[in-house]
Amino acid sequence: MTTGTIDIGLAPGDASRGAAAPQKPAGNHPAGALRTCDTTGLPVCLVAQQFIKLHAVVAVVFLLVGGIAAILLALTRWPAVHLLPAEWYYRILTLHGLNMLIFWILFFEVAILYFASTSLLNSRLASKGVAWAGFALMLVGALMVDVTILQGKADVLMTSYVPLRGDPLFYLGIILVAVGTLTGVFNFFATLWIAKRDRTYEGSMPLVTFGALAAGIIATVTLLHGAIVAIPTFLWSLDLMHQPDAAWYRLVWWGLGHQSQQVNVTAMVSVWYFLATITTGAKPLNQAVCRGAFVLYILFINLASAHHLLVDPGVNAGWKIWNTSYAMYLAVLASMIHGFTVPASVEVAMRKKGFTKGLFGWLAAAPWKNPGFSAFFLSLAIFGFIGGITGVTLGTEQINIIAHNTLRIPGHFHATVVGGTTLAFMGLTYYVVPLIFQREYRARAVARLQPYIFAAGIVLMSMGMSFAGSYGVPRRHWDIEFTGAQFSHGFDPGAHVMLGLLGLGGTLAFVGLLTFILLTVTAVFFGPSNKGRAMTAW
Amino acid sequence: MSIYSPAQDWFKAPSGGERAWIGLALLWCVVLTLAMPYWHFKGKQNSTGESYAVEPMKFMERVDRFVQTNKVGEEMGTAVVEPSPGGDAYLQAQMWRWSPILKLRKGQTYRLHISSLDLQHGFSLQPVNMNFQVLPGYDHVLTVTPTEAGEYHIICNEYCGIGHHTMTGKIIVDE
Ligand code: HEM
Ligand SMILES: [Cu+2]
Ligand SMILES: [Cu+2]
Repeated sequence: MTTGTIDIGLAPGDASRGAAAPQKPAGNHPAGALRTCDTTGLPVCLVAQQFIKLHAVVAVVFLLVGGIAAILLALTRWPAVHLLPAEWYYRILTLHGLNMLIFWILFFEVAILYFASTSLLNSRLASKGVAWAGFALMLVGALMVDVTILQGKADVLMTSYVPLRGDPLFYLGIILVAVGTLTGVFNFFATLWIAKRDRTYEGSMPLVTFGALAAGIIATVTLLHGAIVAIPTFLWSLDLMHQPDAAWYRLVWWGLGHQSQQVNVTAMVSVWYFLATITTGAKPLNQAVCRGAFVLYILFINLASAHHLLVDPGVNAGWKIWNTSYAMYLAVLASMIHGFTVPASVEVAMRKKGFTKGLFGWLAAAPWKNPGFSAFFLSLAIFGFIGGITGVTLGTEQINIIAHNTLRIPGHFHATVVGGTTLAFMGLTYYVVPLIFQREYRARAVARLQPYIFAAGIVLMSMGMSFAGSYGVPRRHWDIEFTGAQFSHGFDPGAHVMLGLLGLGGTLAFVGLLTFILLTVTAVFFGPSNKGRAMTAW
Repeated sequence: MSIYSPAQDWFKAPSGGERAWIGLALLWCVVLTLAMPYWHFKGKQNSTGESYAVEPMKFMERVDRFVQTNKVGEEMGTAVVEPSPGGDAYLQAQMWRWSPILKLRKGQTYRLHISSLDLQHGFSLQPVNMNFQVLPGYDHVLTVTPTEAGEYHIICNEYCGIGHHTMTGKIIVDE
């Protein structure tokens, strides 16, 4: 679309520039710890930059581990291939869930928090020591978990429902990751606080930072649930405590498991706003609406975790209905609001540039060759149309009876957390590398295609999973032929077709994922430097 | 601008299309919120979550008693049991089998007690595809009325160790 610079929609003298360069407030950076971004004019705290780089690199490494696990799983669930032996299927499934959902996402999110609280507020990072501590705890914990899983000492899947029991080091690793992440989140809060104290910005914080703050608050509540459930389980695995009650465990575990998804949603929406601005110059129509929607997430999301217990004993129908209807729909409302305001802001920005033809002329003219934009917009579409609609459906009391623990569930969440969050984070990476690492991508034509490949693969796989699940095919299941079982059961032939689609879509998604990793690693280590000049526009 | 501080007067009520959308979305959420209890009272299949605390050993004793009183046959080493119509029926989950085989009558209502002796399991009735969570320590009571005769399979859809995918059972419904 634009040449020479990236489009953050800044006309000279634009009234909405607020804290834009040249900075009016001075910031609180010690001498020599600041550079100004040559592309956006944003201030970059060099300490924060170092930790953004560290977290992003480690995140991508875990994405690779999870990705290798992913292709093995997809090729095992595809009955015609049925690659892994049973034992390794469950082991790799444990590895995939944790490396993807927890490690890849959390490391990347801490990087986002550090960026949103420093560059966007013109502040320094509160504490380098705390950042190191959080990072080290997370990394050591994640390595402990992975090593324990690969040694075969924790074939308990990511949920590790008691009384399934893994090695104590597995639980300890998870606790360390949670504490490490909390440490990072507190460093983020502290940075917000010193920025406010030192008046590094005027007025309210930017929307993206506000979204990050919402994510940080939900993350804190989430990780506390994690501590409440993981610590007794860890002690039990050491025989120091009685076994936690199975229903209690599920209730509290989902206070972690579900809410962490809301952290992902909130972080993803912030990234949408960021990418919309930086790729098309979009401005939120009404800041109060966008912020209000973030507040809805904070207030109402915890209760929605009840939809994981819709067919459980131990909680009664009234509790199930109350928590899943009243509260969940207010969180849904928030997503519906963002789902409107984000594309609407892009539309307004595009129309302002003169793309006014017909109803959708603005969309056709959007910068589809910019992987930052395409990843963002595909993420929005997949999350909203596939993830959101399946999610609301599955969270209904009666429908859950025919969907619980079938492949419909991973069919849903691969549309939210993969087609949505992961794809949005990929789009962001296409800017993080040039702007923070100051390196350009090579093979740019491939990069332009990558979001489409990944999105297509995930959509196909998600559909394959969802339809196979509608035939009753269980998730987390190695053999739907039931070889050696007392009673054999055969699924409708249609289910096999759908599992084939899962396999094909999964393979395509893996190709997209690997392409992303190769491009990014190449750029970070061997990409041409753009120090001292604006990044090459996508 | 989402990456800069907004102008001072950012706190405004929504207007135009945005306002209309929020109204519509809110209305839709209200409809969904009302639909949930509505379906519960009007719908024919509900997960009430009726359940009682029970020690796994106690549950096993009750299942044994149930089997002894109502046993009508045996198939591949598993008892076939016919509970009295309108009465209690028991199903026991353990690594990696469902027992006994239940023989029910179409149109009759039963109180089906399900619990686990060891890990968590997933009761998944095929091909009708109805799924319930089974926890050790909880007697999960489902009030069921079979509406069609035939042979149904129970598979396990909660991971319960290396034999998980071989855990199957059977329910027979007679006319
Ligand atoms: C190339 C991309 C990916 C492919 C092909 C893929 C494929 C799969 C497959 C085949 C399963 C197993 C389903 C089952 O048998 O029950 C699975 C499970 C799962 N995936 Fe992915 N996946 C991908 C990316 C991701 C990402 C990026 C995330 C998270 C951010 C993720 C999160 C999960 C989770 C949480 C599970 C469930 C694990 C469990 O049941 O314990 N996946 N995935
Ligand atoms: Cu089982
Ligand atoms: Cu099982």
